Amino acid sequence: MTDQWSVAGRTFSSRLIVGTGKYKDFEQNAAAVAASGAEIVTVAVRRVNVSDPSAPMLTDYIDPKKITYLPNTAGCFNADDAIRTLRLAREAGGWDLVKLEVLGEAKTLYPNMRETLYATEVLAKEGFLPMVYCVDDPIAAKQLEDAGAVAVMPLGAPIGSGLGIQNRVTIRLIVEGANVPVLVDAGVGTASDAAVAMELGCEGVLMNTAIAEAKDPILMARAMKLAVEAGRDAYLAGRMAQRRYADPSSPLAGLI
Amino acid sequence: MISIILNGEPRQVRGGSIADLVASLGLDVKKVAVERNRDIVPRSILGDVALAENDVLEIVHFVGGGC
Repeated sequence: MTDQWSVAGRTFSSRLIVGTGKYKDFEQNAAAVAASGAEIVTVAVRRVNVSDPSAPMLTDYIDPKKITYLPNTAGCFNADDAIRTLRLAREAGGWDLVKLEVLGEAKTLYPNMRETLYATEVLAKEGFLPMVYCVDDPIAAKQLEDAGAVAVMPLGAPIGSGLGIQNRVTIRLIVEGANVPVLVDAGVGTASDAAVAMELGCEGVLMNTAIAEAKDPILMARAMKLAVEAGRDAYLAGRMAQRRYADPSSPLAGLI
Repeated sequence: MISIILNGEPRQVRGGSIADLVASLGLDVKKVAVERNRDIVPRSILGDVALAENDVLEIVHFVGGGC
Protein backbone atom coordinates (compact mmCIF):
# COMPACT_ATOMS: atom_id res chain seq x y z
CA MET A 1 0.00 0.00 0.00
CA THR A 2 1.39 3.36 -0.91
CA ASP A 3 0.22 6.21 1.24
CA GLN A 4 1.93 9.33 0.04
CA TRP A 5 1.35 12.98 0.63
CA SER A 6 2.13 16.04 -1.42
CA VAL A 7 3.03 19.62 -0.68
CA ALA A 8 3.27 22.20 -3.47
CA GLY A 9 3.43 19.45 -6.07
CA ARG A 10 6.22 17.45 -4.38
CA THR A 11 5.33 13.98 -3.19
CA PHE A 12 6.77 12.22 -0.17
CA SER A 13 6.28 8.82 1.44
CA SER A 14 7.43 9.69 4.95
CA ARG A 15 5.09 11.88 6.97
CA LEU A 16 7.75 12.66 9.53
CA ILE A 17 9.89 15.77 9.15
CA VAL A 18 12.79 16.07 11.55
CA GLY A 19 14.96 18.94 12.67
CA THR A 20 18.74 18.89 12.68
CA GLY A 21 19.43 20.90 15.83
CA LYS A 22 20.58 19.93 19.33
CA TYR A 23 22.32 16.68 18.36
CA LYS A 24 25.59 15.62 20.00
CA ASP A 25 27.34 15.56 16.64
CA PHE A 26 26.69 15.21 12.92
CA GLU A 27 27.10 11.40 13.02
CA GLN A 28 24.33 11.01 15.58
CA ASN A 29 22.18 13.46 13.67
CA ALA A 30 22.60 11.56 10.41
CA ALA A 31 21.89 8.21 12.11
CA ALA A 32 18.72 9.61 13.69
CA VAL A 33 17.52 10.95 10.35
CA ALA A 34 18.11 7.54 8.78
CA ALA A 35 16.27 5.75 11.61
CA SER A 36 13.34 8.17 11.37
CA GLY A 37 12.87 7.46 7.67
CA ALA A 38 12.37 11.20 7.16
CA GLU A 39 12.69 12.53 3.62
CA ILE A 40 12.67 16.16 4.70
CA VAL A 41 14.86 17.81 7.33
CA THR A 42 14.65 21.36 8.58
CA VAL A 43 17.84 23.39 8.54
CA ALA A 44 18.80 26.85 9.73
CA VAL A 45 20.62 29.58 7.82
CA ARG A 46 23.54 31.10 9.67
CA ARG A 47 26.73 33.04 9.02
CA VAL A 48 29.67 30.88 8.00
CA ASN A 49 32.53 30.75 10.43
CA VAL A 50 35.04 32.77 8.45
CA SER A 51 37.79 32.04 10.97
CA ASP A 52 37.46 28.25 10.54
CA PRO A 53 36.08 27.45 7.10
CA SER A 54 37.28 23.84 7.35
CA ALA A 55 34.85 23.05 10.21
CA PRO A 56 32.59 20.12 9.28
CA MET A 57 29.31 21.07 7.64
CA LEU A 58 25.86 19.52 7.81
CA THR A 59 25.89 18.90 4.08
CA ASP A 60 28.89 16.57 4.56
CA TYR A 61 26.70 14.25 6.64
CA ILE A 62 23.16 14.66 5.32
CA ASP A 63 23.15 14.76 1.54
CA PRO A 64 20.81 17.45 0.20
CA LYS A 65 20.49 15.44 -3.01
CA LYS A 66 18.87 12.57 -1.10
CA ILE A 67 17.11 14.40 1.73
CA THR A 68 15.09 17.54 1.05
CA TYR A 69 16.47 20.46 3.02
CA LEU A 70 13.67 22.66 4.32
CA PRO A 71 15.28 25.97 5.33
CA ASN A 72 13.51 27.57 8.23
CA THR A 73 13.58 30.96 9.88
CA ALA A 74 13.92 29.84 13.48
CA GLY A 75 15.24 32.71 15.53
CA CYS A 76 13.56 35.43 13.46
CA PHE A 77 11.35 37.77 15.44
CA ASN A 78 10.06 39.95 12.62
CA ALA A 79 8.89 39.49 9.05
CA ASP A 80 11.80 41.36 7.46
CA ASP A 81 14.44 39.16 9.09
CA ALA A 82 12.53 36.03 8.10
CA ILE A 83 12.12 37.16 4.48
CA ARG A 84 15.79 38.15 4.26
CA THR A 85 16.83 34.78 5.70
CA LEU A 86 14.75 32.86 3.20
CA ARG A 87 16.02 34.88 0.26
CA LEU A 88 19.52 33.81 1.31
CA ALA A 89 18.32 30.24 1.81
CA ARG A 90 16.91 30.14 -1.69
CA GLU A 91 20.22 31.33 -3.08
CA ALA A 92 22.19 28.83 -0.96
CA GLY A 93 20.03 25.85 -1.74
CA GLY A 94 18.40 26.73 -5.00
CA TRP A 95 14.87 25.72 -4.04
CA ASP A 96 11.66 27.52 -3.16
CA LEU A 97 10.08 25.21 -0.58
CA VAL A 98 10.78 26.84 2.77
CA LYS A 99 9.50 26.88 6.31
CA LEU A 100 8.49 30.24 7.67
CA GLU A 101 8.30 31.00 11.33
CA VAL A 102 8.20 34.44 12.86
CA LEU A 103 8.43 34.30 16.60
CA GLY A 104 6.70 36.61 19.02
CA GLU A 105 8.74 36.22 22.19
CA ALA A 106 11.62 34.14 23.53
CA LYS A 107 9.79 32.72 26.54
CA THR A 108 7.06 30.85 24.68
CA LEU A 109 8.39 31.00 21.10
CA TYR A 110 4.79 31.53 20.11
CA PRO A 111 4.42 32.87 16.57
CA ASN A 112 3.74 36.54 15.93
CA MET A 113 0.82 35.98 13.59
CA ARG A 114 0.61 39.52 12.21
CA GLU A 115 4.23 39.38 11.08
CA THR A 116 3.82 35.76 9.96
CA LEU A 117 0.86 36.64 7.75
CA TYR A 118 2.67 39.59 6.21
CA ALA A 119 5.79 37.52 5.55
CA THR A 120 3.69 34.77 3.96
CA GLU A 121 2.17 37.28 1.51
CA VAL A 122 5.54 38.74 0.55
CA LEU A 123 7.20 35.33 0.13
CA ALA A 124 4.35 33.94 -1.95
CA LYS A 125 4.55 36.98 -4.25
CA GLU A 126 8.28 36.36 -4.67
CA GLY A 127 7.63 32.80 -5.79
CA PHE A 128 8.45 31.02 -2.56
CA LEU A 129 6.45 28.02 -1.40
CA PRO A 130 6.14 28.72 2.31
CA MET A 131 5.13 26.09 4.85
CA VAL A 132 4.09 28.19 7.79
CA TYR A 133 4.40 27.68 11.54
CA CYS A 134 1.33 29.11 13.25
CA VAL A 135 -0.92 29.15 16.27
CA ASP A 136 -3.50 26.37 16.56
CA ASP A 137 -6.26 28.71 15.38
CA PRO A 138 -8.49 27.62 12.49
CA ILE A 139 -9.14 31.20 11.38
CA ALA A 140 -5.45 32.10 11.33
CA ALA A 141 -4.77 28.89 9.39
CA LYS A 142 -7.29 29.89 6.70
CA GLN A 143 -5.81 33.38 6.49
CA LEU A 144 -2.36 31.89 5.92
CA GLU A 145 -3.72 29.62 3.24
CA ASP A 146 -5.36 32.59 1.52
CA ALA A 147 -2.05 34.47 1.74
CA GLY A 148 -0.21 31.72 -0.11
CA ALA A 149 0.93 29.19 2.48
CA VAL A 150 1.46 25.79 0.81
CA ALA A 151 1.10 24.07 4.19
CA VAL A 152 0.00 25.22 7.62
CA MET A 153 1.93 24.00 10.62
CA PRO A 154 0.16 24.65 13.90
CA LEU A 155 2.01 24.12 17.13
CA GLY A 156 0.88 21.25 19.35
CA ALA A 157 2.57 22.90 22.32
CA PRO A 158 5.44 25.39 22.69
CA ILE A 159 8.61 24.61 20.68
CA GLY A 160 10.94 22.35 22.61
CA SER A 161 8.46 21.80 25.45
CA GLY A 162 7.59 18.18 24.75
CA LEU A 163 4.14 18.77 26.25
CA GLY A 164 2.24 16.95 23.51
CA ILE A 165 -0.85 18.01 21.57
CA GLN A 166 -2.54 20.42 23.96
CA ASN A 167 -5.63 21.20 21.95
CA ARG A 168 -6.94 18.35 19.86
CA VAL A 169 -10.11 20.25 19.02
CA THR A 170 -8.36 23.15 17.31
CA ILE A 171 -5.96 20.87 15.43
CA ARG A 172 -8.94 18.85 14.18
CA LEU A 173 -10.78 22.04 13.15
CA ILE A 174 -7.74 23.24 11.22
CA VAL A 175 -7.48 19.88 9.43
CA GLU A 176 -11.18 19.93 8.54
CA GLY A 177 -11.04 23.46 7.15
CA ALA A 178 -7.74 23.32 5.28
CA ASN A 179 -7.20 22.86 1.56
CA VAL A 180 -3.45 22.57 2.06
CA PRO A 181 -1.55 19.99 4.13
CA VAL A 182 -1.64 20.47 7.90
CA LEU A 183 1.40 19.33 9.85
CA VAL A 184 1.81 19.60 13.59
CA ASP A 185 4.99 21.54 14.20
CA ALA A 186 6.39 21.64 17.72
CA GLY A 187 5.29 20.23 21.04
CA VAL A 188 5.69 16.52 20.41
CA GLY A 189 7.45 14.88 23.35
CA THR A 190 7.12 11.18 22.77
CA ALA A 191 5.77 8.65 20.30
CA SER A 192 2.16 8.75 21.47
CA ASP A 193 2.04 12.52 20.83
CA ALA A 194 3.03 11.95 17.22
CA ALA A 195 0.36 9.25 16.89
CA VAL A 196 -2.26 11.65 18.28
CA ALA A 197 -1.35 14.26 15.68
CA MET A 198 -1.73 11.72 12.91
CA GLU A 199 -4.98 10.31 14.31
CA LEU A 200 -6.41 13.83 14.13
CA GLY A 201 -5.89 13.71 10.37
CA CYS A 202 -2.72 15.74 10.01
CA GLU A 203 -0.69 15.05 6.89
CA GLY A 204 2.49 14.92 8.90
CA VAL A 205 4.46 15.92 11.97
CA LEU A 206 7.62 17.96 12.41
CA MET A 207 9.80 17.44 15.45
CA ASN A 208 13.33 17.96 16.65
CA THR A 209 13.84 18.06 20.40
CA ALA A 210 11.77 14.94 21.12
CA ILE A 211 14.34 12.93 19.16
CA ALA A 212 17.50 14.92 19.82
CA GLU A 213 17.02 15.08 23.59
CA ALA A 214 15.93 11.47 24.05
CA LYS A 215 18.46 9.38 25.96
CA ASP A 216 18.79 7.26 22.84
CA PRO A 217 17.98 9.56 19.92
CA ILE A 218 18.31 6.87 17.28
CA LEU A 219 15.88 4.52 19.02
CA MET A 220 13.46 7.43 19.55
CA ALA A 221 13.73 8.32 15.88
CA ARG A 222 12.58 4.80 15.03
CA ALA A 223 9.79 5.05 17.61
CA MET A 224 8.58 8.27 15.99
CA LYS A 225 8.63 6.68 12.55
CA LEU A 226 6.45 3.83 13.80
CA ALA A 227 4.15 6.17 15.74
CA VAL A 228 3.54 8.37 12.73
CA GLU A 229 2.78 5.31 10.61
CA ALA A 230 0.52 3.83 13.31
CA GLY A 231 -1.34 7.09 13.81
CA ARG A 232 -1.83 7.52 10.08
CA ASP A 233 -3.14 3.96 9.70
CA ALA A 234 -5.50 4.46 12.64
CA TYR A 235 -6.82 7.66 11.05
CA LEU A 236 -7.39 5.91 7.72
CA ALA A 237 -8.93 2.87 9.42
CA GLY A 238 -11.47 5.05 11.22
CA ARG A 239 -11.60 4.55 14.94
CA MET A 240 -14.51 2.92 16.79
CA ALA A 241 -17.10 5.13 18.42
CA GLN A 242 -16.58 5.89 22.07
CA ARG A 243 -19.15 4.60 24.59
CA ARG A 244 -19.77 5.82 28.06
CA TYR A 245 -19.93 2.34 29.53
CA ALA A 246 -18.64 -1.19 28.92
CA ASP A 247 -19.65 -3.36 26.00
CA PRO A 248 -18.52 -7.02 26.18
CA SER A 249 -16.47 -8.42 23.34
CA SER A 250 -17.46 -12.06 23.98
CA PRO A 251 -20.96 -13.40 23.18
CA LEU A 252 -23.39 -13.42 26.06
CA ALA A 253 -25.20 -16.51 24.66
CA GLY A 254 -23.95 -19.94 25.74
CA LEU A 255 -22.54 -18.87 29.08
CA ILE A 256 -22.26 -21.83 31.46
CA MET B 1 43.29 47.12 0.78
CA ILE B 2 39.70 48.13 1.37
CA SER B 3 37.55 48.03 4.49
CA ILE B 4 34.38 45.95 4.53
CA ILE B 5 32.07 44.48 7.14
CA LEU B 6 32.00 40.71 6.77
CA ASN B 7 29.44 38.80 8.84
CA GLY B 8 29.24 41.66 11.28
CA GLU B 9 33.02 42.10 11.72
CA PRO B 10 35.20 44.82 10.19
CA ARG B 11 37.80 43.36 7.87
CA GLN B 12 40.54 44.55 5.56
CA VAL B 13 40.54 42.74 2.26
CA ARG B 14 42.16 43.03 -1.10
CA GLY B 15 39.84 44.30 -3.81
CA GLY B 16 38.56 42.01 -6.51
CA SER B 17 35.32 40.18 -6.88
CA ILE B 18 33.12 38.60 -4.24
CA ALA B 19 34.03 35.21 -5.69
CA ASP B 20 37.71 36.04 -5.05
CA LEU B 21 36.90 36.85 -1.44
CA VAL B 22 34.88 33.66 -0.95
CA ALA B 23 37.73 31.60 -2.39
CA SER B 24 40.33 33.39 -0.26
CA LEU B 25 38.31 32.47 2.82
CA GLY B 26 38.56 28.81 1.83
CA LEU B 27 34.81 28.50 1.28
CA ASP B 28 33.06 26.45 -1.38
CA VAL B 29 31.07 28.93 -3.41
CA LYS B 30 28.47 26.25 -4.15
CA LYS B 31 27.61 25.87 -0.45
CA VAL B 32 27.12 29.49 0.53
CA ALA B 33 24.89 32.43 -0.26
CA VAL B 34 26.02 36.03 -0.27
CA GLU B 35 24.19 39.21 0.56
CA ARG B 36 25.82 42.55 -0.26
CA ASN B 37 24.41 45.71 1.26
CA ARG B 38 21.14 43.86 1.93
CA ASP B 39 20.73 42.55 -1.63
CA ILE B 40 21.24 38.94 -2.64
CA VAL B 41 24.12 38.47 -5.05
CA PRO B 42 23.24 35.53 -7.31
CA ARG B 43 25.91 32.85 -7.34
CA SER B 44 26.21 33.14 -11.13
CA ILE B 45 27.53 36.71 -10.90
CA LEU B 46 29.71 36.50 -7.77
CA GLY B 47 32.75 36.64 -10.03
CA ASP B 48 31.50 39.80 -11.73
CA VAL B 49 30.67 41.90 -8.67
CA ALA B 50 33.64 43.92 -7.42
CA LEU B 51 34.03 44.65 -3.74
CA ALA B 52 33.77 48.32 -2.81
CA GLU B 53 34.89 50.28 0.23
CA ASN B 54 32.43 49.94 3.15
CA ASP B 55 30.52 47.05 1.60
CA VAL B 56 28.50 45.09 4.14
CA LEU B 57 28.60 41.40 3.29
CA GLU B 58 26.82 38.44 4.79
CA ILE B 59 28.01 34.97 3.82
CA VAL B 60 25.72 32.23 5.10
CA HIS B 61 25.21 28.50 4.80
CA PHE B 62 22.93 25.80 6.14
CA VAL B 63 23.49 24.55 9.68
CA GLY B 64 21.58 22.17 11.91
CA GLY B 65 18.36 23.63 13.19
CA GLY B 66 14.90 22.61 14.21
CA CYS B 67 11.65 24.40 14.59
